Amino acid sequence: MSSLFGTRVQRVEDDRLIRGHGAYVDDLGAGALAAAFVRSPHAHARITDIDVSAAQDVPGVVAIYTYEDLTGRLAEPLPLLIPHPALTHGRTPYPLAHGEVNHVGEAVVMVVATDRYAAEDAVDVIDVSYEPLPAVVGIEAARTADNLVHDDVPGNLAANATQEHGDAAAAIAAATHVLELDLEIERSASTPLEGRGVLAEWDEQAGRLRLWTSTQTSTGVRAAVAAKLGLDLSQVDVITPDVGGGFGVKIVHPWPEEVLVPWAARGLGRPVKFTEDRLEHFIASAHERAQLHHVTVGYDDDGRMVGLDVRFWHDNGAYVPYGLIVPIVTSTQLLGPYKPPAYRVEFDSLYTNTVQVTPFRGAGRPHGCFVMERTMDAIAAERGLDRAVVRERNFIQPDEFPYDQGLIFQDGRPLIYDSGDYPALLTKLKDLVGWDAFPAEQAATAAEGRRVGIGLACYVEGTGVGPYEGAHVVVETSGKVKVATGLTTQGQGHQTAFAQLVADELGVPLHDVDVVTGDTRRFGYAVGTFASRAAVMSGSAVTLAARKAKDKALRVAADALEVAAADLEITDGVVHVKGDPDSGIGLGTVAVLSNPLRYAFDEAAAAATQFAGGADLAKPPIAADDEPGIEGRAFFSPLRSTFASGMHAVVVETDPQTAEVTILRYCVVHDCGPLINPLIVEGQIHGGVAQGVGGALYERMAYDETGQLLNASFMDFLMPYASEVPRTLKIDHLETPSPLNPLGIKGAGEAGVIPGAAVLAAAIEDAEGIPIRSMPISPSDLFELRATHGGR
Amino acid sequence: MTAYQDANGEELHEVRLTVNGTARAARVPARRLLSDCLRHDLRLTGTHVGCEHGVCGACTILLDGAAVRSCLLLAVSVDGTDITTVEGLAGPDGTLSPVQQAFAECHGLQCGYCTPGFLTTITAGLAVTPDPDDEQARDMIGGNLCRCTGYQNILAAVHRAAEITRERAADAGGRS
Repeated sequence: MSSLFGTRVQRVEDDRLIRGHGAYVDDLGAGALAAAFVRSPHAHARITDIDVSAAQDVPGVVAIYTYEDLTGRLAEPLPLLIPHPALTHGRTPYPLAHGEVNHVGEAVVMVVATDRYAAEDAVDVIDVSYEPLPAVVGIEAARTADNLVHDDVPGNLAANATQEHGDAAAAIAAATHVLELDLEIERSASTPLEGRGVLAEWDEQAGRLRLWTSTQTSTGVRAAVAAKLGLDLSQVDVITPDVGGGFGVKIVHPWPEEVLVPWAARGLGRPVKFTEDRLEHFIASAHERAQLHHVTVGYDDDGRMVGLDVRFWHDNGAYVPYGLIVPIVTSTQLLGPYKPPAYRVEFDSLYTNTVQVTPFRGAGRPHGCFVMERTMDAIAAERGLDRAVVRERNFIQPDEFPYDQGLIFQDGRPLIYDSGDYPALLTKLKDLVGWDAFPAEQAATAAEGRRVGIGLACYVEGTGVGPYEGAHVVVETSGKVKVATGLTTQGQGHQTAFAQLVADELGVPLHDVDVVTGDTRRFGYAVGTFASRAAVMSGSAVTLAARKAKDKALRVAADALEVAAADLEITDGVVHVKGDPDSGIGLGTVAVLSNPLRYAFDEAAAAATQFAGGADLAKPPIAADDEPGIEGRAFFSPLRSTFASGMHAVVVETDPQTAEVTILRYCVVHDCGPLINPLIVEGQIHGGVAQGVGGALYERMAYDETGQLLNASFMDFLMPYASEVPRTLKIDHLETPSPLNPLGIKGAGEAGVIPGAAVLAAAIEDAEGIPIRSMPISPSDLFELRATHGGR
Repeated sequence: MTAYQDANGEELHEVRLTVNGTARAARVPARRLLSDCLRHDLRLTGTHVGCEHGVCGACTILLDGAAVRSCLLLAVSVDGTDITTVEGLAGPDGTLSPVQQAFAECHGLQCGYCTPGFLTTITAGLAVTPDPDDEQARDMIGGNLCRCTGYQNILAAVHRAAEITRERAADAGGRS
């Protein structure tokens, strides 16, 4: 049977989704009580009084909760999920505000009612009295620290961290050339089309909680909810149904609602559901936000870096539930495909009275890529060199892998790149975009009075971070194969990609393989879906589990056919002697034979019962070291992350009057190792590029100085429509295998988004002849920039 | 419309609709959104709600054949109309509609949340513009948001759906 690996298999999940038969959280739990929240209208305030009396009389209201009602560990702050020694002043919110609010949208009161309409009626008449406090908004206000977000956090400083390899200061001091850059980059937020949602049912008789939540980690939620509610892990089932997009925001857990809803469901003895609305998603989930960078780089006449020093400030919002992951990723992945002999990076992570900052697809990489690539372009401009040439001279070479950058990565392990071929990628990119011919193109368009520019940007992305994922594969007596892995899925086509791997490994048709993700009832050990890790981690785990099941099937079949297992293979679900496909027995029959039965429930089962004959009466029905069934269970835990890479180039035209930026062509070359399913990988790149373009040209969370989010709706927050994405998008792949996993693959989920701001800044700079130091850039921003550069 | 009351004392109105070819009735408060009525009263949860302010298009349905946003309509205001939701796009025998088939072939969806709104929007669009060029295809989906796909494959699916429609018409013509 031909391999499915590497083929453009149509997704198996699509049929139910295009028929309207998907099951997202809000599609479940008909008749459940509905929760709604009173949220802070102030960015920073003390709560002086909460009057719920009018709400108690609203028809349909079942319960109203404030902080005072919370008991046990629920009354403590929510967990700081990823502690770090540098995070000396980590602060997380309470499930309901405890005397103080620190951003607009923080939950203050929870109402549970017979339906959402009644719950919102009650929310409307709850009267919370606030004493407003000065709001800290933006990095400048945070580091000046005239006002504090948290009284007990001096300087608004959550963390200060430094990493260094070599002596960057000395290297820069000795350099032939030195330049300094001040750069600013802001990102917006994940904004999946489905917001957050949680449904909880408490089974009083069984003493068991069942929770459906729109999350990127069902096992994480399970552990957190069990801890907060004082339940044993075995009393909590967490099921991730269809999820309407994640992009990072849904890795945060537990959300206040994720612990309050099951707590209320248990207390009330009735199912309770919370469905986040769009305004709530803007003001009460998580964003990414701004970083300010000061770069000092020393280099030689040829543009080769000799030392790089980066000092930056990171706005982490009001709380840091996800620790320092975003600035750590920025500070390490900033290096991209380059190898400065000495590098020092130091950052401050600062509190502001805005929505908390946690990873959004790319998770700090777009910031780092922007800073490094702007630096490369600045060196090229200063030396009068081709921008591609400067990059090439600074590349890690193919014979230098594994390459140790001398830093610690986000997983606490050394930043060692496993494999790659950056010069080959650059060659492909230059061909794809027409780099060498572009000067002539630019001159021709300039002659027509048009402003056209080109840019390129390179990145390296640590993917497939550990610690582990696992999987279980079982062949049923029908011959159908049931696969479970613990991580969750939000549209990445895992059911298809994992089924391809299992079908290949076991030799069964794709349609006989059924994959379940993110259901703790099926698989209890998992980490989650983030950091472009699902294909690498669970893909490897399902492969290893299927391999075990196959070994068992061959062993059982070898006994039945009285041949050596090594002489058998499986084709189209039939185990047979190699080269003789007609000699075999079906996998379903093998599954029957593997499980000695006392009771027959059908004709096939009768063959495995105790009087069916054929048993070796000198041995027990199951050997001491064996088990019934054709099953495999395996875990994959990599030594380190595997590093994917890529390069983007874009040609833009800027309007001389309106300063509007139009993308003429956008090119992507990408190396994530061998592709399991090119259709899915290209889809990931398409989506990533759209988010990168949105983040570079359109999207920004517009906070005013009082901490009000001015554009908290899809009317005002400019997410790209079809009219904003590139008309021409070309993609080419390089496939450099990773030595770190059995499939040789690398992650692909975030790749498309990482260089968006960097590459568009470069192209706009080339078109305009004005240095671009801050992104995103709107037509108004560019218009003003022209004015400050002599009215170009 | 006859008046009733729900358990909370809120006045209810009877709404009669034809939904996906079947006569349906619901008793709803005057403020009930059509999207909520379809999802929670009639249990047709294929219609999704992405923004509740008419911008994202996920809740798009066909109302007497026209693509409309069900989150911007009150259920009581559409009494007596004919509605098609995503659940009604496939044929009675389960055959995928041309737009549905094209989405599957072209990988036009990832998480699937916005998809029902695209499917209904394109179904209505192709009825008016059966052979769209690139700009017409882009205009056709220009009011719907998708955060996953970057729209490239949705645009491909618009063209493929038009092609499938023609192929099926040719097949039907050939048989008759």
